[in-house]
Amino acid sequence: MTPQSNFMIVATVHDGQLDELRAVLAGMNKSIGLADPNNPLLPFGRFDRLHFARFTIIEARTANEIAAFDVSPRPWQPALAFIGDCDGDRDSFLAELAEHAGAGLERIFSFCVGFPDANSNTLLQWMKTHHIEPAANYINWLGRTVRQVHEEAALHNSLSAYLQEIVDEVGRENTRVLRQKLLSHVELEKQAGRLTLTPPARTPCRWQIKNGLHKIGIPLILALLSPLFLIAAPFFAVRLRMLERSDPELFIRPTREHIQALSALEDWDVTNQFNVFGDVKPGLFRLLTFKFLMLLTDYVARHIYNHGFLTRIRTIHFARWVFMDDNRRAFFASNYDGSHESYMDDFINKAGWGLNIAFSNAVGYPTTRWLIKGGAEREQQFKATQRRHQLPSEVWYKAYPDLTATDLARNSRIRKGLEIRQANDEEIRAWLSEI
Amino acid sequence: MKNSSDFNFGDLQALLRFGHKKLPDTCFLLLNVQDADAAKQWLSSAPVSSALPAEHMPDTALQIAFSAEGLRALGITESVIQGFSDEFIIGMSGDESRSRRLGDIGANAPEYWTWGGDAGQVPHALLLLYAAKNGIKAWRKTVEGKLFNSAFQLMRQLPTLDIGETEPFGFVDGISQPNIDWQCRQSTDPHDRDRYSNLLAMGEVVLGYPNEYRQYTARPLIDPKTDRFAADLPNAEDQPALKDFGRNGSYLVLRQLDQDVPGFWKFLDQAAGSDSVKRDQLAAAMVGRQRDGSPLLPLAEEDIPGIPSDDKFNRFNYIADPGGNRCPFGAHIRRANPRTGDLPPGVTGFVCRLIKTLGFGSKRPDEDLVASSRFHRLLRRGKAYGPVLTPENAIKANATVAERGLQFICLVANINRQFEFVQNAWAMSSKFGGVQQERDPLLGHRQPLKSGIDTDQFHRPDPDGPMQKTCHLPQFVTVRGGAYFFMPGLSALKYIASLPNNHKDDSL
Repeated sequence: MTPQSNFMIVATVHDGQLDELRAVLAGMNKSIGLADPNNPLLPFGRFDRLHFARFTIIEARTANEIAAFDVSPRPWQPALAFIGDCDGDRDSFLAELAEHAGAGLERIFSFCVGFPDANSNTLLQWMKTHHIEPAANYINWLGRTVRQVHEEAALHNSLSAYLQEIVDEVGRENTRVLRQKLLSHVELEKQAGRLTLTPPARTPCRWQIKNGLHKIGIPLILALLSPLFLIAAPFFAVRLRMLERSDPELFIRPTREHIQALSALEDWDVTNQFNVFGDVKPGLFRLLTFKFLMLLTDYVARHIYNHGFLTRIRTIHFARWVFMDDNRRAFFASNYDGSHESYMDDFINKAGWGLNIAFSNAVGYPTTRWLIKGGAEREQQFKATQRRHQLPSEVWYKAYPDLTATDLARNSRIRKGLEIRQANDEEIRAWLSEI
Repeated sequence: MKNSSDFNFGDLQALLRFGHKKLPDTCFLLLNVQDADAAKQWLSSAPVSSALPAEHMPDTALQIAFSAEGLRALGITESVIQGFSDEFIIGMSGDESRSRRLGDIGANAPEYWTWGGDAGQVPHALLLLYAAKNGIKAWRKTVEGKLFNSAFQLMRQLPTLDIGETEPFGFVDGISQPNIDWQCRQSTDPHDRDRYSNLLAMGEVVLGYPNEYRQYTARPLIDPKTDRFAADLPNAEDQPALKDFGRNGSYLVLRQLDQDVPGFWKFLDQAAGSDSVKRDQLAAAMVGRQRDGSPLLPLAEEDIPGIPSDDKFNRFNYIADPGGNRCPFGAHIRRANPRTGDLPPGVTGFVCRLIKTLGFGSKRPDEDLVASSRFHRLLRRGKAYGPVLTPENAIKANATVAERGLQFICLVANINRQFEFVQNAWAMSSKFGGVQQERDPLLGHRQPLKSGIDTDQFHRPDPDGPMQKTCHLPQFVTVRGGAYFFMPGLSALKYIASLPNNHKDDSL
């Protein structure tokens, strides 16, 4: 199994160069909202380990909202973020990027303060030092590589066309015959070089050890600290409720121009990109709560929700939460299936409590009760706040156009059904019905 | 708990409560305000029908709704307009991104519409007149009166025709409607129920009342201190110091949908190899009902709230058909209302609820893709047009070609979360509920995805295994016009009518 990793390279943009940078980035798009996989600056499509990537200019458009907490807003210099998710480890992928797209990346990063930088004399070194590790990271299906996605999609297409042919020939009733024919078809196609089904690679040893330690380490530490938590719990509860009652609630409608600019980038693929950026609520209590909840989010995403669903949500490919600006601000980015409205409704209705856990410590979030109640259930306030804090992606790349997470999972099941021997006719029928 | 009699139906337009099915003679007019003063004067005495039940069935009805531009033309201040939702202010055709989401692309694109396609020229008002058989002429004359012609310019009379209970393709229509919970009998707390219910909170169709989230949908509220004309408007329940211009009103979505009746039946006939039984089976699978309206599923064993237990057309959900073997996932009515509850089926008790809430315990990978139908319901009030053409005649080579279709009307409190969501995420989506390469078999356009993947198929899951696939569906329904309107409550209509010329909000 090849584990996935992520990168997020962030650097401040030179004063007065934002417009020019935007123009350069826009040149990487094939059409509005979709990157050209072969663009000369960074030919994303050449990197067969790359799932998703984006360039986003992180601006603090809502920086003044924190004034409602009687905290004076801090200045923020717009920053360029290069974000992506890839197969295998980060460093080797960044090295690949530097090797095959060095010139283009240098051109893009030349808009950033401190590039090149005397201490990190190579592009690779610079990218590594400017990477920000997410506080929590979500991968829809741990171990599913880009190559696997493409191979399984091709398999499904081939099987689907051939099944139609043989159904017309032998009828649909004799499922065992159908299956046999499909198996031989795949063998022939493989021999002819039209289909490939690469077996999974060996799980890297270092990763396995690290992951295992993380898996038992975090609960162990939490268990050890649990007496402390028990003592702190009543104080925590009182303080939390005090803040939840007193925190100002901001119901500010985003401007129509802002929404139109964002939605102009959406719904060109069945998947969309999403970025939000805002302030962490002031005070140590909120920050520690936020950090602790992110630790838990990261843990469950890493060890529990790594096979197709994040609680009841099955539409997110990759997502990450990142603290920035000395923990004063938080950034979230995701790749989700369906329209923005359906993404939000799905979340509010299926996992509103999860949204509240993940975002209620940020400025502008609708009032929650006990961290999990309320919040996103205040539907219109929630939708206004997330749109208001949303930032466009200047460039967005997806390695498998028009395939949803549901499609990818189905294609994997179809492949699996090919490789195992079904126990009975019922299972064969279930397998055939997915093709 | 309130009794039905406690509720003030007198301030609602009748269309929110009654479908006017007994008034088959109709006339739908799109108007522009020509002389605002005359229009307001006309409005002040217009016999707009209220939802108050009359002792005798009335034999006429009048309903009226305005676009954002229409409200402006009548002198509603910009600060009030800005209290409406973005989609209402921008309009159905006012933003390319919206058109893309609604599937208004290709032949459906606003540039080809016969009305409403130019966002700058959306009609100001929609007048819906209903009368008993052969009564519409006289009723129209009564309604219009003297001032009408100087007040309004008739932009277009939309075709309508009484063809009985069926829509032009020949299926009994308008069967499934949400049952509005006027008495607030049902709790909207997700902890109190997780199954599908057909009872719907008032606030989902009428502004000014709590919706299914127990929230008040944003709407224009007016400070009576700065606008003395607002004094007679009802107070906002959630902000009693303010007057509620939206209360008892509703958004009205109108779309003129052209239906290619011969094209539909000829395609089905060909796909079924001219076997009339197979043809009807395929048609029923696409619609999700037989032509007489009966569902493809047996009746649910337990009662569904808001559906009479003897309603053999509606007392069903899809729990018994998780694989879509009886009613395909992609069938029109399964897309339009998946009848799902807040949690996937089979929740029994606290532990099970917790497990499901955390996303575990799925029997099928697709069992929880579409949930919480209650937030996406539409109250439909459409009307067909064009001469009847039976399927049997439609497949003949010499089938009469004529303009046929539906003036689709729905009433909602939140255009974006209800109408646009259903249209985009359910009807037009080529990925709805995990389907492959298909959009709504009736409503859908057939544009491929950007990467070239076709979306012009229709799949019928089959208990034998392989799905039955129908390929190369042509487009059967084409959008010919559309707009978003606001249908005010009666006191809001009075407020509009009372506004003096050059009305301005004093606070500005």
